[in-house]
Amino acid sequence: MSGDHHHHHHDHDHDHLHPYDPEHHHPHRPDQDDTMTYYRLMEEAVRELMIEKGLVTQDDIRAEVEAMDARVPANGAKVVARAWTDPAFKKRLIETPKEAIAEVGHDIGPMKLVVLENTPEVHNVVVCTLCSCYPRWILGIPPDWYKSRSYRSRVVREPRTVLREFGTEIADNREVRVHDSTADMRYFVLPMRPAGTEGMSEAELAALVHRDSMIGVTEVSA
Amino acid sequence: MTRFAAGDRVRVHKQFPPTPPSHIRTPYYIRGLSGTVERVCGAFRNPEELAFGRPGTPEVPLYRVRFRQKDVWPDYDGNEADKIEIEIFEFWLDAEGDEA
Repeated sequence: MSGDHHHHHHDHDHDHLHPYDPEHHHPHRPDQDDTMTYYRLMEEAVRELMIEKGLVTQDDIRAEVEAMDARVPANGAKVVARAWTDPAFKKRLIETPKEAIAEVGHDIGPMKLVVLENTPEVHNVVVCTLCSCYPRWILGIPPDWYKSRSYRSRVVREPRTVLREFGTEIADNREVRVHDSTADMRYFVLPMRPAGTEGMSEAELAALVHRDSMIGVTEVSA
Repeated sequence: MTRFAAGDRVRVHKQFPPTPPSHIRTPYYIRGLSGTVERVCGAFRNPEELAFGRPGTPEVPLYRVRFRQKDVWPDYDGNEADKIEIEIFEFWLDAEGDEA
């Protein structure tokens, strides 16, 4: 290795492999966890004040974070699988979602849920153009693309094109219905049960159901 | 009591709130358009008031209104039957044909 090699600036393309050389230092990417932004500082200050004033405890906050993390799309998948196998449950799910979901063991809290059933005639897809309203109580944290400006602005205007980008081709003669959650309701898509799943158990069916199908950007396949 | 019921034809107000700053829940792209009430969602505290720390009471009726995509986007090239449904508070709506 030439004497000046490790003094150069690493502005060349790293499309070659180096043998291990302790003299050859790559620049480290700086850590991102030491930036105290305005909102981080505000969050920390408010949290510490609330704890100091006895309004909440550190333990309350931990418990709430854990409860949030425990909400995952598999919860929704269980609901879908039950609806596919039990017509009476499906009817209750559409008419009284909170009570029906409680039967499957999940509390949707204060959320007002609208269940949208996909049929051979209608395909439903959900968006929140104003922000990123999402049925977190049943599906957990929304995916990043759901919050992106691109998805929010395009899916209302050219839903079929956006669905195609997700690999979902909706037949021309099937209606596409976009649901913009702008206020107090949250939306949950009940996808269609795929063909060829007649002999499957509820648990096997639940394993087929993925998050995106409950937002309506994909369909479930066997 | 709600002013509208499922099946009623309504038109969304066109105007912006007169005195900014404001917080509104009716997207720009749907202003001034006519649709059909899909369902009455119930009454909720007014988020346009809650946003400013005010109580948002009395509660205001909320509807889901269904619009034809062809009416929303003149150049829409999907199925004629494609729809978009949006939640709209009653104070944003007039009966179709009734608007000032």
